Amino acid sequence: MKQSTYIKRPNRALQIYAIVFLIVLYLPVLFIPLFSFNDSIYVRFPMQGFTVEWYKAMWTRDSVWAALGNSVTVGFWVAIISTALGVVAARAITRYRMPGQNALITFAMLPLVVPGVIFGVALLVLVSRLGIPLSLYTVSLGHLIICLPFAIATLLPRFEGFDRSMDEASADLGENGWWTFWRVTFPMVAPGVVASLLLTFTISFDEFIMTFFLSGTDTTLPIYIWTQLRFPREFPTVLAMSTLILALSFVMVFIALWIGRLGIVTDNAEDTK
Amino acid sequence: MSPALVVLIIGILVPFIILISLSMWTRDGFGFDMTPTFENYQRVGTEPIFSTLLARSFWISGIATFFTVLLCYPMAYYVAFHVHRNKMLWIVLMTLPFWTSYLLRVFAWRVILGYEGVINSAFLSMGWIQAPLEFLLYSQTAVIITLAHAWAAFAILPLYVSLEKIDKSLLEAATDLGDGPVRRFLRITLPLSLPGVISACFLIFIPTTGDYITPALLGGPDGVMIGNLIQLQFGPVNNWPMGAALSIVLMLWIGALALVFLFITRKAKDRLA
Repeated sequence: MKQSTYIKRPNRALQIYAIVFLIVLYLPVLFIPLFSFNDSIYVRFPMQGFTVEWYKAMWTRDSVWAALGNSVTVGFWVAIISTALGVVAARAITRYRMPGQNALITFAMLPLVVPGVIFGVALLVLVSRLGIPLSLYTVSLGHLIICLPFAIATLLPRFEGFDRSMDEASADLGENGWWTFWRVTFPMVAPGVVASLLLTFTISFDEFIMTFFLSGTDTTLPIYIWTQLRFPREFPTVLAMSTLILALSFVMVFIALWIGRLGIVTDNAEDTK
Repeated sequence: MSPALVVLIIGILVPFIILISLSMWTRDGFGFDMTPTFENYQRVGTEPIFSTLLARSFWISGIATFFTVLLCYPMAYYVAFHVHRNKMLWIVLMTLPFWTSYLLRVFAWRVILGYEGVINSAFLSMGWIQAPLEFLLYSQTAVIITLAHAWAAFAILPLYVSLEKIDKSLLEAATDLGDGPVRRFLRITLPLSLPGVISACFLIFIPTTGDYITPALLGGPDGVMIGNLIQLQFGPVNNWPMGAALSIVLMLWIGALALVFLFITRKAKDRLA
């Protein structure tokens, strides 16, 4: 290590850059909670004083609660289904070597790169050609497509680091495939599963573009916020709602990242230590 | 893999096939005239509004991608080379905002850049400016700033992964052989981190070209992008076949540009190495 110190010596300029970078990254988002406590319907300096009036206004509005309920329901089911599918997919990918496997993985990751608007309209066209009315079910289908790549990407490193001889030992000791999965495989991949559940829930909870095209009369919270943006008087209430969403997302993701040690990046970092 | 594959086929492949066939139909009152025709594509090719918006979308996304990667590179470099303890914490800190609602992050910039927003009101109250700066909101600049901020995590992660992988002994070897810091960077670090740069560019450029939230909230008339036009065809304009054709054209352009970009970077890499 000593010889390489001239490469590793601290770089003051880079350090300052990194701190400024983080501030710029977080500052814009922090204005939302800041102004949600401001006692004025205008978002401007100087601030007018502290109030929780906007949170009270939000509290008493039924449409907010309906939208929140829809978001949570959709998020819950999407998280469970996409994680279950992700587990099956990740297990198959790591266990069996199939021809064209890389092409399949790339295909599964498509929703990460194709513009959301294209996926949104493509699914909208599909459900309308099939005559399926737009509802929370169609929204969930859209979310599922978006969440599946994230679930697979989160679970894949867990399954890759998995020692197959454990499975074999279990089989030698007389367990069948199902019990081997529950008693050996599952406990070892459980952190990945929890992380995947939390992340897919968060993505579904925050998702806007697909929902915009696929939702019917029942809307989710982001769509509700979008419609409220048109009314200047509602602005502070929107800020209050947004603050709650941000807080919830931050907490969920922070837990997910620590439990699951989110995927590839972390595992690499640990390998090279 | 198979259940996940079924979902992906239903959710990705089938909608795209239907989207392609829809793009060859024409609107007929409230229904569709299903005789296959290239009329929509001809209109996209000949009417200036389509090519203008396509070119503008690629321009805005291109600039945003360039600046995002440029600004994120030192940050990823810092964490990969100069952070030795709590790397995980840095990675979590850099990616946490990405998991919060995209809509809200865009919305936050509206709060900041607005006519009576954070910047204008702060500058006014400090007496730095006499009247609010109007160019802040509803401009291409606003869209570019917002996109660069919102997609930073997509640049940082691939850049970090590729930088982290670089064998540090190569840097020592270069130094021992007489390369200064600049030459060492240009000849070793940069070429070896190029895969990360390329994937960062793809991960930002492709989804942002189709973005319509940011232009809708911050773009104004000058900042309208192709995503907004696609959304209009499926919404108020109600010309679904046209919208489908636009989506396909957008995808084809993205694919073509991606190939050109790959070709150029490969050439550049050969030159550097």
